[in-house]
Amino acid sequence: MSILETKNLSLAYDKDKIIDNLDLKIPEGEITIFIGGNGSGKSTLLNSMARLLKPMEGSVELRGEDINQLSTKEVAKKLAFLPQSSTIPEGITVRKLVEQGRYPYQKWYQASSSEDQKIVEKVLKDTGLLELADRDLSSLSGGQRQRAWLAMVLAQDTEIILLDEPTTYLDLSHQVDLLDLLYELNKKDQRTIIMVLHDLNLACRYADHIVAVKDKGVFAQGKPEEVIDEEVIKEVFDLNCQIVSDPVFGTPLCIPTGKNKLSQVV
Amino acid sequence: MFTLSGGGLKLMLKNLKISRELILIFGLILLAGLIFILSLSFGSSYISPVTVISHFLGLEAGSYNFTINILRLPRTLMAFLVGAALSVSGLILQANIKNPLASPDIIGITGGASAGAITYLSFFSADYGIGGLPFAAILGAAVVSALIYFLAWQKGVSSIRLVLIGIGIAAAVDALVTMIIVFSPISTTVQSYVWLTGSIYGTNWEDLFQFLPWVIIFIPLAFAFYKSLNLLALGDKVAAALGLNIQLNRFLLMTISVALAGSAVAYAGGVAFIGLIAPHIARKMGGKSYSILIIYSVLSGGMIFMAADLLARTAFLPLDLPAGVFVSGIGAPFFIYLLYRNRNQF
Repeated sequence: MSILETKNLSLAYDKDKIIDNLDLKIPEGEITIFIGGNGSGKSTLLNSMARLLKPMEGSVELRGEDINQLSTKEVAKKLAFLPQSSTIPEGITVRKLVEQGRYPYQKWYQASSSEDQKIVEKVLKDTGLLELADRDLSSLSGGQRQRAWLAMVLAQDTEIILLDEPTTYLDLSHQVDLLDLLYELNKKDQRTIIMVLHDLNLACRYADHIVAVKDKGVFAQGKPEEVIDEEVIKEVFDLNCQIVSDPVFGTPLCIPTGKNKLSQVV
Repeated sequence: MFTLSGGGLKLMLKNLKISRELILIFGLILLAGLIFILSLSFGSSYISPVTVISHFLGLEAGSYNFTINILRLPRTLMAFLVGAALSVSGLILQANIKNPLASPDIIGITGGASAGAITYLSFFSADYGIGGLPFAAILGAAVVSALIYFLAWQKGVSSIRLVLIGIGIAAAVDALVTMIIVFSPISTTVQSYVWLTGSIYGTNWEDLFQFLPWVIIFIPLAFAFYKSLNLLALGDKVAAALGLNIQLNRFLLMTISVALAGSAVAYAGGVAFIGLIAPHIARKMGGKSYSILIIYSVLSGGMIFMAADLLARTAFLPLDLPAGVFVSGIGAPFFIYLLYRNRNQF
């Protein structure tokens, strides 16, 4: 029984199928990264795994239980999800935002408990946000803001964390910062992390398990070193490239060659 | 040792912040109390505020029993409750459909109530009396809101569909109201127009006690949903991922909104603008959580309508104008002042 898996999963907006009859098992305690071209359905797949999109057919199972049969709060205690480019709510402080992460643990009439406060404090510390805790979210830089959203998700205290392109809109150094933070969380607490990432090279570096999405299903999956080669990239992204070994990490490094520029070199 | 004092300082700062909100609430209550006393003082006959207070303390021989107890008190209380109900309705609506320009009058709830009320006024009041009017108005609000919700439904209701369909229906209902007035007997036309502007002229205790249950039930109910409102502010996807049942909460919040606005309009007529502006005033006062925002909204909305009615019935004595005329007159300058004061925040 996998920690999270899809069974005969088909997804659709209206009538157009986006994912067709997919069986996918997510390895426990590892970082899984979905890659794929624009419109390949990787985000849709992630959304359905977060229970935000009902399957047309099949199911998503969390330790053997269909997540669409579980209550919303029940799922929220086990699985957290950070959607892409979240709205910036007006006049909310970082601390207030992070406190919202404790919602699944509270009854409607309960205010936050001292246990909640302890976890919020710890998360703020872990994400380096203690200094910024009482600042307005809207006054922060993009990198700090994304860390605040991540902190909210961490306050949910779940064994699984799903993130939809968490590094979009961040500059390179903040992208690496955020991925380092996720890597640390994964190694320290063995949390299962699943995310969609656009940057192929960073995906190869941080993923234990890479899933290439194409043609309404999974084209290839496995360790980055085993999965990523020129043919796969050509198939999945329709891109000519050379794959070399990253001189620092030894993971696959994709050098896109394209067409026009290459002819000048050769 | 160092961390301990740091924690202590933080705790102190936190307490300070809570007390800032409490001070603001206390100040608002004082201000509302002041307007309340003034409302009882002024009118076609002037009773000094000191006399009003001693009247309530039982230090007076009861010479103002009629003016205060029968004429002014139920009307002033009604003004406060109507303003509060419309304000909270607008606050919830804005949060629920995530549009700062939403209010019960803009998306057709008030229009539905108006259509119900004007139909009753024009064609039924002669036979059945004026007493049935509030029920016709509430029925109208409920029917139109249900229609908007039904039309906006598409595997769940999205904010933008609700707003667009609401605005469309509001326009259609307004046209309907105009048409009913055109076809109505001339004897009720003026009455209809006064009603549409919003007036609580001649409110008695019976009206007040009929309206009271709506406020007593639905404002606390709104308060019980403050966590849902806080979550909805983060966006539907985040709220759902945090374990909020979006569709259920959206429907219940919409119901609370309709109940508050529909009942308020039923007893005070088609008052516009409060549902839009009072929640914004509450936000500008710095409320971050909806628990505080609801309290601010109750007080600011109640105060605006109380002040509007006070002005409406005293400014052009002996004329008693509909309070709705003065709502924008009081609300807009205050709102612009708040925007001006907070101009650096945006």
